[in-house]
Amino acid sequence: MNRVVITGAGTINPLGADVPATFAAMQEGRCGIGPLEIKDVARLSIQIGGQIKGYDEADHFNRQQIALYDRFTQFTLLAAREAIGQSGLTFTGELADHSGVVLGTSGGGLNTQDENYRAVYEAGKNRVHPFIVPKLMNNAAASHVSMEWNLRGPSFTVATACASSNHAMGQAFNMVRCGMAKVMVTGGSEAMLCFGGIKAWEGLRVMSRDACRPFCATRNGMVQGEGAGVFVFEDYAHAKARGAEILCEVAGFAMSSDASDIVMPSKQGAARAIAGAIKDAQLPKETVGYINAHGTGTAANDKTECAAVADVFGAHADRLMMSSTKSMHGHLIGGTGAVELLACIMALKDGIIAPTIGYQEPDPECALDVVPNVARDADVEVALSNAFAFGGLNAVLALRKA
Amino acid sequence: MSIKDQVIAIIAEQAMLEPGDIAMDNTLEDIGIDSLGLVEAIFAIEEGFDINVPFNANDPTASDFDISTIASIVAAVEKLIAEQAA
Repeated sequence: MNRVVITGAGTINPLGADVPATFAAMQEGRCGIGPLEIKDVARLSIQIGGQIKGYDEADHFNRQQIALYDRFTQFTLLAAREAIGQSGLTFTGELADHSGVVLGTSGGGLNTQDENYRAVYEAGKNRVHPFIVPKLMNNAAASHVSMEWNLRGPSFTVATACASSNHAMGQAFNMVRCGMAKVMVTGGSEAMLCFGGIKAWEGLRVMSRDACRPFCATRNGMVQGEGAGVFVFEDYAHAKARGAEILCEVAGFAMSSDASDIVMPSKQGAARAIAGAIKDAQLPKETVGYINAHGTGTAANDKTECAAVADVFGAHADRLMMSSTKSMHGHLIGGTGAVELLACIMALKDGIIAPTIGYQEPDPECALDVVPNVARDADVEVALSNAFAFGGLNAVLALRKA
Repeated sequence: MSIKDQVIAIIAEQAMLEPGDIAMDNTLEDIGIDSLGLVEAIFAIEEGFDINVPFNANDPTASDFDISTIASIVAAVEKLIAEQAA
């Protein structure tokens, strides 16, 4: 089995338009959640989100590209440019044939759907633009990344709601590990902040109207966000041979299904995925110093997640740190695990633990060190990234210091 | 149909029971309505009476929409109809 390392990282999210800006915001504990600026916001009961502000697609893409790139594809391509640029790789010949793209998304081109349903149903138009289908399809982002970078190996899109990115990165990891690919470009993207995308979530009555406060006794729900995170997963020997900078190692991955409820989380399902990732990485659980939590800020997720971590780690649960950066960037749904992986990389590479901001008072059911409000310096050997999706599908990655 | 009978009909449908099987002092748990069923019942109440029910599943006690019994739900709906008609 091959070792797998990360040699490039890229992002655009509510905290910043690239990785350095995102790290700076996470260190400061800055909040990227604010009033939504979208059409018909007055008809929504939830009017906040982690929206990427000051973004103009025309700054990055030409008219023909915009006709084909939904907002989620645009975010993906920008993040991929940063990640692949950092890796220093160019894909030609053999390497191109053995390198691919696996990305996660939940809503795909939801803005494109929203706009065009408006056109035909609300405005009564009988015609839509010829490229609506290739623009809205969930695999559009993966396909455009493969085209822009000549990635000709295995490529596809994974949709498992809030765990999409972690499932995608888990696939990429195993494909490089088993030798199916030399390099995989992986991560995920979401752009769901449109009227229909928020209205649907409102219906569940799990959204907060003021802020995302994970693990806090006064938490009152989740807040949606948008953006992308993209990484270059590379065969260790290949990276070493070309002298690439290694950001960290991907050491293990596990997934599980609760097989119980379509929305309520399960402690056992989460615990099996967490324990599975540590086992897959063949590391003692005491080496885990930081967990980037799923930490949605809902009553149900946060207490279930804390109970699962306590079950898996026993006494060590009180010695590790677990924070939820959703407090800063919101819940990026299918893209969330990818942006949150950045917090794990920052912990391992820079020794800085991103905080859980907005934390007001302790909840006895979430009695772990959640790194409240202020970032912390710490030497971390192993970090985990949790994702637990609606549908009971769980995916956890284990990362190790390079 | 009175507000009370309409609310009971909505809740009975959600619980897959006959309206006659529902007592005013029943809790939602008594008649087998879980958190998802509650959210659906509240949606049906909002649509049926054209009102907004302030309810967050993360913190059911935060609003004064009291879901402790069928009687309290009927009273809360009557209050919201009076308020939101005004």
